[in-house]
Amino acid sequence: MAIDIFEGMFEYEGMTSAAAVLDGSPTRATVDELQARIRSMQATTLDTRTIPTHPAIARLLPGGGLKEGATYSVENSAVLLMALLAGPSAAGSWCGVIGVPEFGVEAAEHFGIDLGRLVLVPHPGEQWLDVTAAIADVLGVVVTRPPKRASDSSVARLSARLRQRGATLIVLGPWPQSEAMLSLSDSHWSGIGQGSGHLSARQATVTVTSRMGRPRSARLWLPDPHEQFREVGRFAQPEAGSPHEASSLPEPANLHEPAYLHEPAYLHEAAYLHEAAG
Amino acid sequence: MRRTSSLAPPSAPMRTIVLWCPDWPITAALRALDALGTLGDSTGRDPAAVDTPLALIDAGRVFACSASARSEGVRRGHRVREAQARCPGLQVLDYDQALDIRAFEPVLDAIEETMPGAQVVRPGTCAVRARGPARYYGGEEEAALWLLDALDALGIHGSRVGIADGPFTAEHAARSPQRQRIRIVPEGGSSEFLAGMPVGLLGEHALATLLRRLGIRTLGEFAQLHPQDIEARFGDEGVRVHALALGLDSRPVVPRVVPEELDSVVGFEPPLDRIDQVTFGFRASADRFIEQLVRARLVCTSIRIEVDSESGELSERTWLHPRSFTAADVVDRVRWQLQGSGSIAGNPFGSGLSSGITRVRVVPESVDAIGNHEQGLWGTGHDERIHHGLSRVQSMLGHGAVVTAAVGGGRTLLDRQSLVAWGDRAETARTERARPDMLPWPGQLPTPSPGTVFEAPRPAMVIDAAGVAIDLDLRGVLSGTPARFSTDGRTLRPIGAWAGPWTVDERWWDADTSRRASRFQVVDDAGAAWLLVLDSHLWWAEARYD
Repeated sequence: MAIDIFEGMFEYEGMTSAAAVLDGSPTRATVDELQARIRSMQATTLDTRTIPTHPAIARLLPGGGLKEGATYSVENSAVLLMALLAGPSAAGSWCGVIGVPEFGVEAAEHFGIDLGRLVLVPHPGEQWLDVTAAIADVLGVVVTRPPKRASDSSVARLSARLRQRGATLIVLGPWPQSEAMLSLSDSHWSGIGQGSGHLSARQATVTVTSRMGRPRSARLWLPDPHEQFREVGRFAQPEAGSPHEASSLPEPANLHEPAYLHEPAYLHEAAYLHEAAG
Repeated sequence: MRRTSSLAPPSAPMRTIVLWCPDWPITAALRALDALGTLGDSTGRDPAAVDTPLALIDAGRVFACSASARSEGVRRGHRVREAQARCPGLQVLDYDQALDIRAFEPVLDAIEETMPGAQVVRPGTCAVRARGPARYYGGEEEAALWLLDALDALGIHGSRVGIADGPFTAEHAARSPQRQRIRIVPEGGSSEFLAGMPVGLLGEHALATLLRRLGIRTLGEFAQLHPQDIEARFGDEGVRVHALALGLDSRPVVPRVVPEELDSVVGFEPPLDRIDQVTFGFRASADRFIEQLVRARLVCTSIRIEVDSESGELSERTWLHPRSFTAADVVDRVRWQLQGSGSIAGNPFGSGLSSGITRVRVVPESVDAIGNHEQGLWGTGHDERIHHGLSRVQSMLGHGAVVTAAVGGGRTLLDRQSLVAWGDRAETARTERARPDMLPWPGQLPTPSPGTVFEAPRPAMVIDAAGVAIDLDLRGVLSGTPARFSTDGRTLRPIGAWAGPWTVDERWWDADTSRRASRFQVVDDAGAAWLLVLDSHLWWAEARYD
């Protein structure tokens, strides 16, 4: 793949020198225009593109979102996985989930994953790697859970295939060449008491550890009382700098939420509200 | 009101022979019963002559009844109870339209041997163009006699023939109450023949009611009205039935086209006992099967595969395809059926069969014109690619291994997720309003839904502070306060918060499937939340909120 990039660059250089020869001729403008077009096309095919990602999580990821052809690993949270899938699925990508028989379909639908574009292979058995590669050929986002450690050569082959196809792989569990590892800690459920109420919302700290740079973490609602993902202290669609949004921020539903009134997180939110409104 | 063929000059009515077998549904049912041998005394006797009062029921009302039942006062449209009250010995069967059609098939074959080009009006009634047979047999009456002979030879007695201008008049000529079995209405004599008949025969219930209230009781009276008045008042539909009443039924007789046999059969002698041998042996005929379809300008969207084994088992299954079958797809389906039919000795991924396969037959169940399935130059590529990729995975792992999901109706989490194999049709809701997941389902879990739903509930344990297992009495009262729980059988975790019990009492009216269980939500000290179920004193972990 890297060689491809260099080859592309050499071709590009070759074209500029050819264009220099043509300098002054009446077709100069045409050549310039063509070069610009080639450059824009190269930018889309050779650079890593990010795919639409849920804003609450995109901020934490290296590069500001899920990248095409990259691998991410998610630890111990199905909801975090669904938060990752929600963005691409809502934007029209097909998602495949391999080797996760306990994937909660109803939760997935509530969190914004389009079931019409979701394919499950609950029991790939011994052939999980082949199945993952075959599905990554055709679907945009692929989730897999390796039943055992994959050999380095097969991981490298799969990574090459992902880059070639532009598919994003999300692995449940550790993975040797992952772009970033997402984990969840300090879950705090609200709405439930000692024999009363029911689970209604959760705050948790999501930590993203990437190969380069310090780990980034944020406190997220996973999910909030309306089954949305958002950062604690932000509202469903944070539109900074939009006065209309700011004035309409106080959501009546939040103000009437009984269980959160006595929580520090809510107080923090209220302060934020106050600031935003003022 | 449609105004398509307004007052188009009708072409001259065609001389038509209509053959009518009275009480055909009864005849068909009797023949079917006779074939089964369930009508004890009828063996060896002519089925139609069996004098058992019989009624066929459709939607709770009598659809057809035998002559003996009719003589007891049973009529079409009676409720079952009323019919049984009038005729206590009445035998009641469900009406089966498919049986009707199926039983008429040999009759139709016999007719087509006598004279070509029969059109089925409905099972028991068919129309034939009169001109050819009349010339061949030397007269219309002669032709009719030949037709009746052919039916009598099949053991169908009491059939009648009417010959007239157009199928409408001919049918009513066949049905006219008279001793002779043949009624010929001379050319041009239709309106005279129909004049005395009631307007109800037109088959337009609303129109007939209205005509009766207007004082028009017979077809003759109706025919005397001016066509322009009819069009002004009743539109195109009125003009059409007015022409019928005039005896100007211009509908042509369209002979049925016998559908081509497109199925493909391979017999194996000696029987094969390996899946790869069978699929290899079937490959060539799968190619032929698709070729045949293509030659008929058809594509196949669903096939039925029948596999006969040496031990006499028949495995039969219908396979759907989201687009259309190719030869490789057909071979794949045969393999999956062999893998899934349970005839495999030992492991499900093995290739040995417990008993040899003697015959494989593929029947196209639904076909479509090939033009509807031609790929466009652009625009269809993406989904096509996905389908091919997923089909490849299916051929690696089996048909049911790749699924799409939908949220269904139910109270337990597993009930609420329905998985459909890729390519199969999802269970479609009858109406948008009655989507099962949109129904209220009292007792279902509050949102948010758990992200992890175990395929099979895992055994769990909940104890109170003293270490005694928590249980629920019959009134739904807990025996103690839950203090610690375990879901893996090894480690006990303290309970930080909990809620419940929420009792779900499902299908209590049915002892076999009833289920009474109580659900709890439990959060441990580390913030992980679980959905636990207490089902007849045993704890299970059903899902995890993670």
